[in-house]
Amino acid sequence: MSLLKIDNLKVNINGKEILKGLSLEVNRGEIHAIMGPNGSGKSTLAGVLAGKEDYEIVEGTIEFDGRNIFEMSPEDRAREGLFLAFQYPIEIPCVSNASFMKTAVNEIRKYRNQEPLDAMDFLRIMKEKAKLVEMDQSFLNRSVNQGFSGGEKKRNEIFQLAMLEPKLAILDETDSGLDIDALKIVSNGVNKVRNTENAFVVITHYQRLLNYIVPDFVHVLFDGKLVVSGGKELAFELEERGYDWIKKQYNSVLV
Amino acid sequence: MNMQKEPINIVDELTQSDYKYGFVTDIEHELAPKGLNEDTIRFISAKKHEPEFMLEWRLKAFRFWQQMKEPKWANVKFPPIDYQDAYYYAAPKQSANKPKSLDEIDPEIRRTFEKLGIPLTEQQRLAGIAVDAVMDSVSVATTFKEKLSELGIIFCSMSEAIREHPDLVKKYIGSVVPYTDNYFAALNSAVFSDGSFCYIPKGVKCPLELSTYFRINASETGQFERTLIIADEGSYVSYLEGCTAPIRDENQLHAAVVELIAHKDAEIKYSTVQNWYPGDKEGKGGIYNFVTKRGICEGNNSKISWTQVETGSAITWKYPSCILKGDNSIGEFYSVALTNNYQQADTGTKMIHLGQNTKSRIVSKGISAGKSQNSYRGLVSVGKKAMNARNYSQCDSLLLGDKCGAHTFPYIEVKNNTATVEHEATTSKISEDILFYCNQRGISTEDAIGLIVNGFSREVLNQLPMEFAVEAQRLLAISLEGSVG
Repeated sequence: MSLLKIDNLKVNINGKEILKGLSLEVNRGEIHAIMGPNGSGKSTLAGVLAGKEDYEIVEGTIEFDGRNIFEMSPEDRAREGLFLAFQYPIEIPCVSNASFMKTAVNEIRKYRNQEPLDAMDFLRIMKEKAKLVEMDQSFLNRSVNQGFSGGEKKRNEIFQLAMLEPKLAILDETDSGLDIDALKIVSNGVNKVRNTENAFVVITHYQRLLNYIVPDFVHVLFDGKLVVSGGKELAFELEERGYDWIKKQYNSVLV
Repeated sequence: MNMQKEPINIVDELTQSDYKYGFVTDIEHELAPKGLNEDTIRFISAKKHEPEFMLEWRLKAFRFWQQMKEPKWANVKFPPIDYQDAYYYAAPKQSANKPKSLDEIDPEIRRTFEKLGIPLTEQQRLAGIAVDAVMDSVSVATTFKEKLSELGIIFCSMSEAIREHPDLVKKYIGSVVPYTDNYFAALNSAVFSDGSFCYIPKGVKCPLELSTYFRINASETGQFERTLIIADEGSYVSYLEGCTAPIRDENQLHAAVVELIAHKDAEIKYSTVQNWYPGDKEGKGGIYNFVTKRGICEGNNSKISWTQVETGSAITWKYPSCILKGDNSIGEFYSVALTNNYQQADTGTKMIHLGQNTKSRIVSKGISAGKSQNSYRGLVSVGKKAMNARNYSQCDSLLLGDKCGAHTFPYIEVKNNTATVEHEATTSKISEDILFYCNQRGISTEDAIGLIVNGFSREVLNQLPMEFAVEAQRLLAISLEGSVG
């Protein structure tokens, strides 16, 4: 059984069609990259998967680990192991990274009928995971994302990913706004977390990230659909030729 | 890493929530005739077997009050109060004469306090805390009295203090809050019924937390308690009050006065967890909490610290203040005021620097939700002779939703140019984006709000004695139930 199965997904925002029949299947152990020009619907896809309210689901189904995702609240999707690394991570006042993560980890453990982690174990795990993204200890006591630089926010997303150990992680333009060093740190973090049991959907504009997080599949999202799919070489082709050839090809099919 | 208190599990409370202290105890009350005139005051004074000086003082206060007008400057709105349409004295019948031992208390009253988590029986008293339990107009029990009296500490009801320690009462009552101070202080001085009295002798550090639990039970009554705490030279006391009332459609008036006196080298820590009935979700009913609280740091090196967690009442109007008269004296004010639905709060403090090298610190945290209005109003005043006075004020507001309001009215008056006065303010909002982000990490909306509110209030909650900090945390979470979604 595939981990994620999206079938003929059609989604509107304020009456405007954004996704127009998108299908995608992701299996455990796989990394899928979704690329595409601005406004093609990439972030909408991420938002729909996570359960953001602003969308109108017109048609189609999404199964996550065999369950109909539309019947699950955003928090239950997270507890079942769906993680979204936000394109624009949110700042939370007055809550330290540490207590935020402790609450999240223990909520998820409770959902899975596991005992809450005690303070010592939690601290140990947290320090371990912080190292994965080269996060300083002081980072943990600061309010979530408040006063963080763009790079720090993105590293914090990957730190949270490492803490929560999801089955499926969606990285929504995690590379945007990162310099090359931060990009390497973030990618390294992801590579250390990946294994044969989890899967990643990496949404990005640029091939650059895919040098570090090497995908098994690359899809091009255009006009609300995945119009071209291929192996990692497709990313290089896009980098070289841009998206125009796809637009032309696609539009000629339409005409 | 800092040691942080565990975020408590609020889900259970949230699902059953509503105001859980809203029950009525079915006991007979002895009431004064409805309305307010000199006879009412004579009735109350006679009921309490007060000495003449007390009655005289009450009558003076009443005559003064009659000349006064209800103040209008606070940022709150309410229909006019008919002062003649209320009872000014209500006593649970059997305890008109206070029971001599805790075992003699009416079982119905004892059950009431047990339900509120305040056991009054000899066997199950709260460890480390001496409690004075006040229902409507009278004190029904005081625990640990003997143990305290061995140290020379007087901890009893105000009525008892007036009878047993008239000299102390005469010397200090009205010395910090004179009856001329304001409209509600004058009213209280005329009709106050009970409250707690506490005297800590020279050099004694009170080994127990002293606590008063106020309960309004009777309908159509006002509660007017008066608390007086005197810490003599070099002494220390930590005092805590809690309050609840039944759910009623009517608005009930609570106009209390608290006076603190700290002599040389003495310290008083005064904590309040205020949870009077706030009214229902449409804003019907609830307590009008119009309170005057003031302490004076009379002697050098004395300290008064106010901590308050205000979650109840339809309207809260109070400014626990410090007069820093002694040199090197310190005043502190730590406050969390939470308003939800149609609640209104106008609260803050006054720090009056008179002595040299006096210091004050104000930490005010306002949380507004629903359609509520939450105002901080504070005054920092530095007198001519207050050399090297220092004040630090921090006023933070947290908004939940977009129909509520947060306001700050900081006043600063400095008459000495050696003073240092600092003021910081922040406003944060719990937005939909924040809640979704928390949801995406597996945290439910209620828990997310609890997490943020607890984080926001931590600096104040940390000032409370441990057991009460946990209780206060829970209270904050419960009070916000239904404010989202």
